[in-house]
Amino acid sequence: MKEGFRQSMAWLHTWVGLLVGWVLFFVFVTGTTGYVNGEISRWMQPELPLPRQLIEVPPEQVLGFAFDRLEQVAPDARMWSVTLPHRGLAQRTDREATIAWEDMPRPGLERGRRGNEGFDPVTGAPDQPVEGRATGAGWELYEMHYALHYINYDVAFRIVGVCTMFMLLAIISGVITHKKIFKDFFTFRPRKGQRSWLDAHNVISVMALPFFIMITYSGLVFYTFQYMPAVKNVVYGASEKHLRQLYDELFKRDPVDKAFEAVKRPTASVPEMIATAQTAWGKLPVATVMLRHPVDEGAYVEVIGDTSESLNRGFPPKLRFNAETGERMTLDDKTNASMLTRNVMLALHEGHFAGWWLRWLYFLSGVLGCAMIGTGLVLWTVKRRNNHLAKHGGQPGFGHRLVEVLNVGTIVGLPVAVAAYFWANRLLPIEMANRAEWEMHCLFATWGWMFMYAALRPLKRSWLESLYIAVAAFGLIPLLNFLTTDKHLGITIPYGDWVLAGFDLTMLGFAAAFAYMAYKLKKRWLKQEAAA
Amino acid sequence: MKSMTRYRWMVASRILAAVVVGYALASAISILLALIWPIPKAEAVLASTMLSFAIYAAVVLWVFATKSVLRAWIGLLIPLAIISLLCWWLMPGGAA
Repeated sequence: MKEGFRQSMAWLHTWVGLLVGWVLFFVFVTGTTGYVNGEISRWMQPELPLPRQLIEVPPEQVLGFAFDRLEQVAPDARMWSVTLPHRGLAQRTDREATIAWEDMPRPGLERGRRGNEGFDPVTGAPDQPVEGRATGAGWELYEMHYALHYINYDVAFRIVGVCTMFMLLAIISGVITHKKIFKDFFTFRPRKGQRSWLDAHNVISVMALPFFIMITYSGLVFYTFQYMPAVKNVVYGASEKHLRQLYDELFKRDPVDKAFEAVKRPTASVPEMIATAQTAWGKLPVATVMLRHPVDEGAYVEVIGDTSESLNRGFPPKLRFNAETGERMTLDDKTNASMLTRNVMLALHEGHFAGWWLRWLYFLSGVLGCAMIGTGLVLWTVKRRNNHLAKHGGQPGFGHRLVEVLNVGTIVGLPVAVAAYFWANRLLPIEMANRAEWEMHCLFATWGWMFMYAALRPLKRSWLESLYIAVAAFGLIPLLNFLTTDKHLGITIPYGDWVLAGFDLTMLGFAAAFAYMAYKLKKRWLKQEAAA
Repeated sequence: MKSMTRYRWMVASRILAAVVVGYALASAISILLALIWPIPKAEAVLASTMLSFAIYAAVVLWVFATKSVLRAWIGLLIPLAIISLLCWWLMPGGAA
């Protein structure tokens, strides 16, 4: 901080990075699982049936079944919606025929009770809900990347916000530190100790730099008004009412006191409306029709397009028709530049729009983020170890030792803990009370145990042995799955269920990666000992 | 040893300036931006709030890059005062 600009930025990068490195590592690991949330959740509920093959059914047949059923289950509803079976453009998942509804809100409440139900589009029979095991599934796992766990939500997302701001600072100061960032990118000096760690850290960081900048900044945008409340507080006011007014203006929402009548089966032809929309949209599939009956506007049907490939998050293309005459109604669904910017940033963060290839790239970028933080943390200790040993007479000081233990316990310990979460899903008794909570307790108990282990063993031993544990923890998951369910690789690969098979295969991939790390470290340390 | 203690106090002072006063300055700049941005009010509030994180980052980097701690404090407090006054003046119901 004393000398030049670049030195002060290097100083800032080092300390900002160290201070929040472990929290950020946790955020990156759990956040990355969010890109495969659906797949993880599916794997964690093996009772659910293998997916139905998508069949083309004329919309009038699907709608007929849907309206019959909705009249039965939701006769006094503020909203009806019918999802037509279709394949999203991004091809993440096939959407099956589903109805959903919202009852009239009870007096004093803003929203009514919601319900939904799948059905067979050929026979019209409602799906019998399959009771899967109680599990936190992928949801609980990835929600921790902004809500943490065991901590009050309002405190948690602020902690994550502060760490995210630190991450932004670390990225910018990290880039400034390198005067020759392009040259550094092509520099890798293996087997040179500290230099190799530095080069690895540089290469990984630059490789996915656009992703890191995007994911960090867009992460802040999720809580825009919570992290920086000053602007809205000054311009609009700090009360709930003022916040509501701001949101109403931004989202063009209906005012709270808008009156609705119960939705009835439309008299105009909905399939014709769908055909109109389909002509207007070309290859974009029609996803859903939604019905409402506001007193002032009259009953209407909205035909909503598939948004799986859209970057304008939450704003699908839609057409509105009068439910009695079938006439097109004008609909102001244009958004403004500020909202569009926000929507695109959030969509980029979540990656829902991404098809298979891009989603693997997201996943890989997330893993690279873990690697960037991991190599940075290790670099801090490698750089200082010899100095510390000299200063403290051959023994690392407490601070240094603490960082080393936290590094092993987090970089290898956290992945092991996540594996334990999957083990718990298969091994805890199905009928257990609070089963979903106990899956999470298993994760944190395992993590705590990995920290203890790292603290009690000599540094090199704890690295190697933790890595061996990780290899076993991930590598045995497909076997565990084989022993405890009928949805194992022997079934899922022949059936072509790549969601389930992909999970097991990815676990094997992680086991291989940890095994490779252990092998490299061991070989290197043996050589060092031989030289010494 | 004495110079080490002094150095640590300097660092602490800079951290305080960057984190707390820097946040205040970033807030003030964003408010000013929202008030003068010629688009509908709600959109201006959203846009300038989204930008505030970049402004905050720039302010913090400057605090750590500038030559002396004194310069950092002066460089934060004077713009903060001026911009706050401007905001107050531009506010609906303010001085203007």
